[in-house]
Amino acid sequence: MQKISVLLFLAWVCFLFYAGIALFTSGFLLTRLELTNHSSCQELPGPGSQPWGSQGKPGACWMASRFSRVVLVLIDALRFDFAQPQPSHGPGEPPVSLPFLGKLDSLQRILEIQPHHAKLYQSKADPPTTTMQRLKALTTGSLPTFIDAGSNFASHAIVEDNLIKQLASAGRRVVFMGDDTWKDLFPGAFSQAFFFPSFNVRDLHTVDNGILEHLYPTMDSGEWDMLIAHFLGVDHCGHKYGPHHPEMAKKLSQMDQVIQGLVERLENDTLLVVIGDHGMTVTGDHGGDSELEISAALFLYSPKALFPGAPPEEPEVVPQISLVPTLALLLGLPIPFGNIGEVMAELFSEIEDSQPHSSALAQASALHLNAQQVSRFLHTYSAATQDLQVKELHRLQNLFSKASADYQRLLQSPQGAEAALQTVITELQQFLRGVRAMCIQSWARFSLGRMAGGAALMAAACFLCLLVSQWAISPGFCFRPLLLTPMACGLAGTIVCAGLLTTTGLKLDPVVLGAMAAVGSLLPFLWKAWAGWGSKRPLVALLPIPGPVLLFLLIRFAAFFSDSFVVAEARATPFLLGSLILLLVAQLHWEGKLLPSKLLTIPRLCFSASAGPPRRNGTHALGLGVGLLLCIRLAGLFHRCPEETPACHSSPWLSPLASVVGGRAKNLWYGACVGALVALLAAVRLWLRRYSNLKSPEPSVLFVRWGLPLMVLGTAAYWALASGADEAPPRLRALVAGASVVLPRAVAGLAASGLVLLLWRPVTVIVKATTGAPRPRTVLTPFAGPPTSRADLDYVVPQIYRHMQEEFRGRLERTKSQGPLTVAAYQLGSVYSAAMVTALTLLAFPLLLLHAERISLVFLLLFLQSFLLLHLLAAGIPITTPGKYISQP
Amino acid sequence: MKNTDIKRLLYTHLLCIFSIILSIFIPSFFLENFSILETHLTWLCICSVFVTAVNLVLYLVVKPNASSKRSSLSYKVTRFLKCCIYFLMSCFFFHVIFVLYGAPLIELVLETFLFAVILSTFTTVPCLCLLGPNLKAWLRVFSRNGVTSIWENSLQITTISSFIGTWLGAFPIPLDWERPWQVWPISCTLGATFGYVAGLVISPLWIYWNRKQLTYKNN
Repeated sequence: MQKISVLLFLAWVCFLFYAGIALFTSGFLLTRLELTNHSSCQELPGPGSQPWGSQGKPGACWMASRFSRVVLVLIDALRFDFAQPQPSHGPGEPPVSLPFLGKLDSLQRILEIQPHHAKLYQSKADPPTTTMQRLKALTTGSLPTFIDAGSNFASHAIVEDNLIKQLASAGRRVVFMGDDTWKDLFPGAFSQAFFFPSFNVRDLHTVDNGILEHLYPTMDSGEWDMLIAHFLGVDHCGHKYGPHHPEMAKKLSQMDQVIQGLVERLENDTLLVVIGDHGMTVTGDHGGDSELEISAALFLYSPKALFPGAPPEEPEVVPQISLVPTLALLLGLPIPFGNIGEVMAELFSEIEDSQPHSSALAQASALHLNAQQVSRFLHTYSAATQDLQVKELHRLQNLFSKASADYQRLLQSPQGAEAALQTVITELQQFLRGVRAMCIQSWARFSLGRMAGGAALMAAACFLCLLVSQWAISPGFCFRPLLLTPMACGLAGTIVCAGLLTTTGLKLDPVVLGAMAAVGSLLPFLWKAWAGWGSKRPLVALLPIPGPVLLFLLIRFAAFFSDSFVVAEARATPFLLGSLILLLVAQLHWEGKLLPSKLLTIPRLCFSASAGPPRRNGTHALGLGVGLLLCIRLAGLFHRCPEETPACHSSPWLSPLASVVGGRAKNLWYGACVGALVALLAAVRLWLRRYSNLKSPEPSVLFVRWGLPLMVLGTAAYWALASGADEAPPRLRALVAGASVVLPRAVAGLAASGLVLLLWRPVTVIVKATTGAPRPRTVLTPFAGPPTSRADLDYVVPQIYRHMQEEFRGRLERTKSQGPLTVAAYQLGSVYSAAMVTALTLLAFPLLLLHAERISLVFLLLFLQSFLLLHLLAAGIPITTPGKYISQP
Repeated sequence: MKNTDIKRLLYTHLLCIFSIILSIFIPSFFLENFSILETHLTWLCICSVFVTAVNLVLYLVVKPNASSKRSSLSYKVTRFLKCCIYFLMSCFFFHVIFVLYGAPLIELVLETFLFAVILSTFTTVPCLCLLGPNLKAWLRVFSRNGVTSIWENSLQITTISSFIGTWLGAFPIPLDWERPWQVWPISCTLGATFGYVAGLVISPLWIYWNRKQLTYKNN
């Protein structure tokens, strides 16, 4: 019964924390409402007629189509500078050195030879720069919000209006090939589709080769109106090797050949779009909002002339979602309902017609349609929710009605000056940009009230844990009364809250309900704590850690409120840790615990309490401290930069081993990594042997003896495969691929089984009786249920002793006649620590597999640090069990 | 413990502070473009020399500790050489500690080393003057109930406050105020100097206020 109440109490504490976290995140990660409305061909977004009366023509909605077909080549992670034309270098100059620069030659050639047919843009993606969010944005024209970022691996069909849906409803045939993320996003929307698995980021070629197999035959067959090819090789190459690797050059050259082949096959009515969905950082990652991640390339080409003016010196910067309304209007489709992108007006100018007036008129009409659609969306959206700022909304609506009126007036008098048309265009563009800015601001706005409430709830739960951990020490403490009232109050609070919400007609929010329940159950608890607070107990007694440690923790906490210190966290934290260590050593010395007492017994000195002979001398403690500082400093070599710190360079040692160029360096590094693993294993085994834990026949000890080396072996083999997979002969490819899936799973499985064994039998104490029973017997875990007395709580050791007493009492009586009986118990000194060390080592292995190979050196350093720190702490404690007794720093 | 002792302590400390102030103003008469921030290394050297000189002179004049029984010339010379070696060792020790705390390993070596020199000047030199090259005595002074005179007590306070000043001096470095004194190691050396001066001011006052509680065995 007691056990159940303890479990229930723990469950309640868990619930409190979860409620706090849920409340906080609901304020922090705001979602955007997804509207399911659709634009349709028959229904124009606003009043007004088309200048050339295109309605009624077949294959034209809203506007006459300019292209009947589009080839969309989506090269994942095609950063802008990958496609940027390189200034041609003379014979004397050295060629470009970076492997990703200037590899897309065909783009450069086309831009030079046919400046009126092609154009390169720098498109700016909106964060989060993950592929699924970018795909959503590229088809719906909206801004996926933060909350979508988490669902990247379980993507669901897009419910909002999008380009693919519009194409399908207009009866166009969409053929897709490439990344299978599209299958989940647009189920059943393609007339023909070739999906390839995208999940394995180490696989550079499956998707691309699959596309290439089908791309040209499909294109030549002509049975398509929109052809989408989503190449993943560049992105995966970035993840595996980073952009600064010869492999990236190969991949980009392959993409160059693809573009070349497509350009040759294009017909006159076809538009070619080459676009990167996002960029990549210098290490090849993406997802954030750094400049390198959001800048992607966008290249447009058409066999007929499309761009009137001379090409600009520097490529223009356009928002990525501009492509959506542009493509829709170019293909003669309605713009998707939720689009907030701005049409690229330049593409709508008339090339054949030399009159500037008609060109401007065409641009204005495209922009006007776009603005009407956005305005309609704003109306619908602001009617559905109240996210958008009312003031800004009014300003934008006024801007739009003015621009719209101007435009209508110009249509009435066709001889209007070109200057007036330009004004209208500018006004419409202002409106569209204003809307976009407002949406970005609104959909990334935090709810401070919820965040504060969640933080307060979590702080209260922490306080509760602190209080209860103090109370639970007193013997005979019972959890049941502590549980009943809060539970009742929590339930009552929930019911009252739910009733209030339903009567006032508001929506029932489970997060708010959970938070109300948590608050309701916390209040009586806090009231009880307040009432039972004796004046004699000072508040300081509550603080569980010694003063200096607390001071440094406070400084560390305060540092989070300073932007500069957050940026310099990698330097500030080791500094504080180092200060703490030296302070510990100094404090030990100050207390006189480090010096042998004979040194201090100089005459003329008075020592009020020279407490026993100190066990360790000063040089030992100083050595430990300096060793710790050294470890901390060395760990700083493996520094990974946080996001948004421009002047920061991550350590090159953090990239995976596969990206190391040069066989010798790779082998050396591999040796170092495996060496670190072996050293880690050897350290743990040595430690356990020193406290003679290895002799026990317990299953968990057996696991340490045999299972851990197996895990090391598996990890090392996996690293070897992962770093050298591409050098394997083709015959063995399948074997290597299989092994690199099986090995990590095997290691993780071993770790899990080891942990289960450890949980089942955590105590590794063995007891030997020399006579009578020669076979060593192990003691079962004696800690059953909550403790009954103070002594039980302080030490497990007395319990084991009592257990042994009872165990042998019977036998003693039986064997009294046979002479004295010697009883020996081993490993009492490391009752807690052996289990702790084993568990931590087991946990380290799955974590190692998640990181790049060279992180194993850091793990070794971490373990060394914790050993050293605990020895240092142990040096200052007069009576202590040697070795580990608290968790890692 | 007499008030005259405390008065002597106060005067010697005032002289030390005066020497630091002199090290700021005197060089500008001889050197062009001298300022603490721009020619920081020069100032570090000058300040270190001034403070060491004043400490030595004060030690010779005031003679706070009981004069040693042996006074042969060779003994004095070996003692002096030992002091020099101790001073150098402490400079290197501080340098290593700074690097372990996060100072750059290869760049700015000269700056870091001069910083170690000035910190040694503020901490090791007074120790050497007062206690001699005797590590055991040092360890005794810097432990609880280890001091035996007001001189040792003031030494304890000034040394600890120099260290604290140095430590606090590291905090402005990451801030984005873009001030010239935030560059490594200027803020730390300034912190050390301020800490030393604060220790010099505080220790006589603290001893004066606590003169009733302080009882030294030898006095």
